[in-house]
Amino acid sequence: MTLAPQGEEQFGPTKDAPLEWRAPSEDLVGPSAPSGHLPNFVGEGEHAKSRAMDLRLDGITHRYDGLPVLDGIDLLVRDGETVAIIGPSGCGKSTLLGIIGGLLKPTAGRVVTSGTPRADSLNPFTYIFQDFALLPWRTVAANVELALEHHPLPGSERRRRVRAALELTGLDDFAAALPRQLSGGMRQRVGIARALVVRPAVLLLDEPLSALDAQTRELLMEDLLAIWARERSTRLYVTHNLDEAARLADRVVVLSRRPGRVREIVSIDVPVGERGGSAALPVIAAVRDRLWALIRDEARVAEREVQHG
Amino acid sequence: MADRAEPAVVRDHAVVAVPRVAGGSRPVPFRGGGFQPQPRRLVPVAVFVAVIGLWQLASSRGWLPALFMPSPWQIVGAFGDMIDNGTLDKHVGASLMRIGLGWLLGTIAGLAIGLAMGIFSVARAAGLPVVSALFPIPKIALLPLFILWFGIGEPSKVATIGFGVFFPTVIAAYTACDSVPRNLIRMGQSFGLPAIDIVWKILVPGAMPGILAGFRITASIALILVVAAEMIGAQYGIGAFILSAGNLMQTDQLLAGVTMLSLLGLTVSFVLGVVERAVLRWR
Repeated sequence: MTLAPQGEEQFGPTKDAPLEWRAPSEDLVGPSAPSGHLPNFVGEGEHAKSRAMDLRLDGITHRYDGLPVLDGIDLLVRDGETVAIIGPSGCGKSTLLGIIGGLLKPTAGRVVTSGTPRADSLNPFTYIFQDFALLPWRTVAANVELALEHHPLPGSERRRRVRAALELTGLDDFAAALPRQLSGGMRQRVGIARALVVRPAVLLLDEPLSALDAQTRELLMEDLLAIWARERSTRLYVTHNLDEAARLADRVVVLSRRPGRVREIVSIDVPVGERGGSAALPVIAAVRDRLWALIRDEARVAEREVQHG
Repeated sequence: MADRAEPAVVRDHAVVAVPRVAGGSRPVPFRGGGFQPQPRRLVPVAVFVAVIGLWQLASSRGWLPALFMPSPWQIVGAFGDMIDNGTLDKHVGASLMRIGLGWLLGTIAGLAIGLAMGIFSVARAAGLPVVSALFPIPKIALLPLFILWFGIGEPSKVATIGFGVFFPTVIAAYTACDSVPRNLIRMGQSFGLPAIDIVWKILVPGAMPGILAGFRITASIALILVVAAEMIGAQYGIGAFILSAGNLMQTDQLLAGVTMLSLLGLTVSFVLGVVERAVLRWR
């Protein structure tokens, strides 16, 4: 593979200063303001005035039938940040996301928020699922509308929101299609539209691109970045794909193998909007190498554990 | 010459000369195909015509005694007579009424209990031992009990059919609930859907394929039970008609009654197919 030459442009601290690997303890104090990381992330239009809502995990510990899965996870996620969570198989990444969204009760610890979510948020913590979780008997529009149906919204407002979400995700021409008529990438776009329609404060993405082929994944990464630049939210992104983490996240939380503990938090001081170009390749590659170095040995052990288990 | 460079084949976008080897060139034998059902529209028609034709031939030649095995043509004649003299309406009407009522009652009760068992752990824990204990009983064995309870008339027959339909419906409904992907339910919860919405918008539609598959089973059970019940004690009904024709050695009428059962089964299957296509359009 050929990396782009170190260009004239500087991407964060790649040349003058090494990438900074912040220790978890420092991180709890809080990273620099996300706006500094994300020049693209401006919170345009009607959503710009939302108030900050930070998210804090205090000693999240979880066991399944006595088997420790997560052990004392502390993390502070600032409003508007994208935090990726990676780790070896079975390290409890998805469990952690389930706990953050209130779908699982932790054995110990708590998830707290400070500040208030934006006023128009109907579902502050909203998931995007790996397997899309679409209702196969509902059309694309009806799948998106499902998230609104139990809210006391006038029909016109509901339809307006659905239409806007479909437009934002490029699904306007597929409103009447059934999920089985769509490709994997389009199905996940429905999942994204359904999440956006409730105007989430915190988006919880559980391996959202894992079920897709490499090309579709690339396309959706671009689309996600474009959407995030328009729709303000905080994002927690669970993935096993190091490239996705390096491309999309402001910080990457690396968990150890089971029981998952925060091993290291890697901050990427290059604006996400600038990571798609070839000039950013050395930074992305350096981040990726760093992440792989952190999980490689444990991933191998975890793989054997899974096979033997 | 053995090493003459021909023929040329395209490989990896380059023309590559393949050296001719001793023994000459051979095409690679085809090894695929098969093991994949293909539509063969004429075969079923041909088989049907052949079987009926052979049967008619055997009867005409006297190979089959008419008293024990009448010819297809005689059966058609008996069928025509039954239509003409109104016997068919009377018997089929009585059977259909029993099947319809028994199936409906058994299905409504079965769906209510089955869905409850699919949704509530307590209902499942309470219902499963009862269902497991009662399901294996051949329901026709309970007809004498139902006759004692409800009398020899219609209610005992309807109860037998209803009871026979109830248990498979319960099992189909709760296993269909189990087959709904849990992730869809988690999705509903993650969007804050009320429990009633999760049941009606996710669980029940998701369970419909399993429930409708159960309908096919219960429809055939209802048909078996109605014939059995009518043979035990009924003046009218297809089962009663077949039994009476057998007692009188009217084998052409007996087989006309059996043909009617076959047609009834095919009709029910067709109607269920239409319902499935309408309800499960999304599949």
